[in-house]
Amino acid sequence: MVALDGVDLQVNEGEIFGLLGPNGAGKTTLIKILCTLLLPTEGEAYVKGLDAVKSAGQIRHIINLVSGGETPGYGILSVRENLWFFSQLYGLSRDLARDRMQKLVEQLGLEEFTDSRMNKLSTGYKQRLNLARGFINDPSVLFLDEPTLGLDVISAKHLRTFIKSWMMSGNKTVLLTTHYMAEADEMCARVGIIDKGKILACDTPQRLKAKLASRPSWKIEISPNLQKIESVKTIPGVVGVSETNNIETGITTLKLVLEDESAMSDLLSKIGENGSKVLSMAKAEPTLEDVYISLVGRGLQ
Amino acid sequence: MNPVHQTFGELLWLNFRAAYARMWVRLKGSNREITWIMAEILLPVLTIGAYVILYRTLSLPAYLGAAVIIGGTMISFWSNVLWNMSAQWFWEKETGNLEMYLVAPVSRMAILLGMALGGVVNTSLRAAGVLVLGIFVFQVPFQLRDIFAASLVFLLTVAALYALGMVFASLFMLYGREAWHTNMLLQEPVYFLSGSYFPTIYTSVIPVWVQVTATLIPMTVGLDAIRIVTIGGGSVSSVWLHIIALVVFSLVLLPLAHKALSFMETLAKREGRLTLRWQ
Repeated sequence: MVALDGVDLQVNEGEIFGLLGPNGAGKTTLIKILCTLLLPTEGEAYVKGLDAVKSAGQIRHIINLVSGGETPGYGILSVRENLWFFSQLYGLSRDLARDRMQKLVEQLGLEEFTDSRMNKLSTGYKQRLNLARGFINDPSVLFLDEPTLGLDVISAKHLRTFIKSWMMSGNKTVLLTTHYMAEADEMCARVGIIDKGKILACDTPQRLKAKLASRPSWKIEISPNLQKIESVKTIPGVVGVSETNNIETGITTLKLVLEDESAMSDLLSKIGENGSKVLSMAKAEPTLEDVYISLVGRGLQ
Repeated sequence: MNPVHQTFGELLWLNFRAAYARMWVRLKGSNREITWIMAEILLPVLTIGAYVILYRTLSLPAYLGAAVIIGGTMISFWSNVLWNMSAQWFWEKETGNLEMYLVAPVSRMAILLGMALGGVVNTSLRAAGVLVLGIFVFQVPFQLRDIFAASLVFLLTVAALYALGMVFASLFMLYGREAWHTNMLLQEPVYFLSGSYFPTIYTSVIPVWVQVTATLIPMTVGLDAIRIVTIGGGSVSSVWLHIIALVVFSLVLLPLAHKALSFMETLAKREGRLTLRWQ
């Protein structure tokens, strides 16, 4: 199976670069290659000009990795003890480790849990600890693999704010992978859209959305849901469609990107033929999700 | 452009700190739960007790009881090597820690060294408990005349065992739970062949080829040497051959572990199995 196919990408120093794509698109594979955890079968990858295969040892001095939904560390140790341990993997002196730990637990809202065992923390706080660990060596290049996965809205917001403020501290570079379009839109200077191992587009969120300005985006609520979403996808003039089903209300939300408005009448007819009723419809400003739908032909859900 | 410049001394210091930190984690983690410590001391005493009582019932020589206590004490180290040293990579992989070790600029050998040192200290404390309790409860005869020789053979045995553990750890770099079977395969045969609970060398009951095979296991050689010194009242001159064998074991196994770790890591990176879980 080909995980990455002819990926040609450059992340600029000092930027947060977002990689958007569904599960299995190749995002984590790319990050693992750059983090020296995986050897590419072909091609080359560089981090700060260092070859990811030949200079793996040197790269490890300047990077760190935070994977969302992961809780590395030792449950029986406290937050402070875990952070100290990971600081020693980067050779931090006692004073530097203490100062950095103090700063990180304050910035990430972990002060009241510094002496709590990791296995007593909630998922959100474990994730904050994981993030603190990722910053413990103050890396030049940070890889964030879905860092807000499984977090509540407030914790996710807190983490995003922290990452953005850390970027202000100097020449830092972040490669972020995410499922969340709004997260990428808010945080990233540029984004790459990846599907089936290929980069489909790469630009600033604004430019990507602007390219879609000529293609109308619509949000249509229907009920009951469509039995065959494919019947909508095949209508001439429909570039892409995603559907989200709300089980509680029985309402399905379709997000559509069209070539032009002429496809709308066929679309509404098809919805009616399927036995669904249109509850509401609104034209929307293009979002990154619409960019994704127009490129891939389907949504992330 | 090369943004990283580190001297050999700096790298050595970095790895020393990492080994110390990993040792600290093991010491701190393992001694935080008092129930673990009690179980690790009391359970071996029960096994030892069963053999001592059996030998007494059969009116066998008293030194066999002492041999069992030494064997039961030392077997703790073998269990620690198998389950808390080699198989530790498996747990580290499952919790996501292995990924963090491999992304960090430290040698895998430094991490394993830290685990080994922590394991040696922890297991020594527990083994001392087993030894004292065993001697106190079963009142078996010991003749320790040369503490230096006893300490030397003990340290060399432990070094050889943990070096072997590092070699096995490399298996878990590539494999997950599949490598558990390797541990299971190594556990019981070594208990048997090393003569932990009954004599397997210098006896006519067991074929010579089995006895020769048994001496290829560091545990057999170390255990025999420790018994000669602590039960038979021997000195360095009584166990010089054992000492040479144990030194050779360490000298061969440590570089082998380094090579095996590098090889398995590269293979695992190529096959994408380095951080693969739930295998």
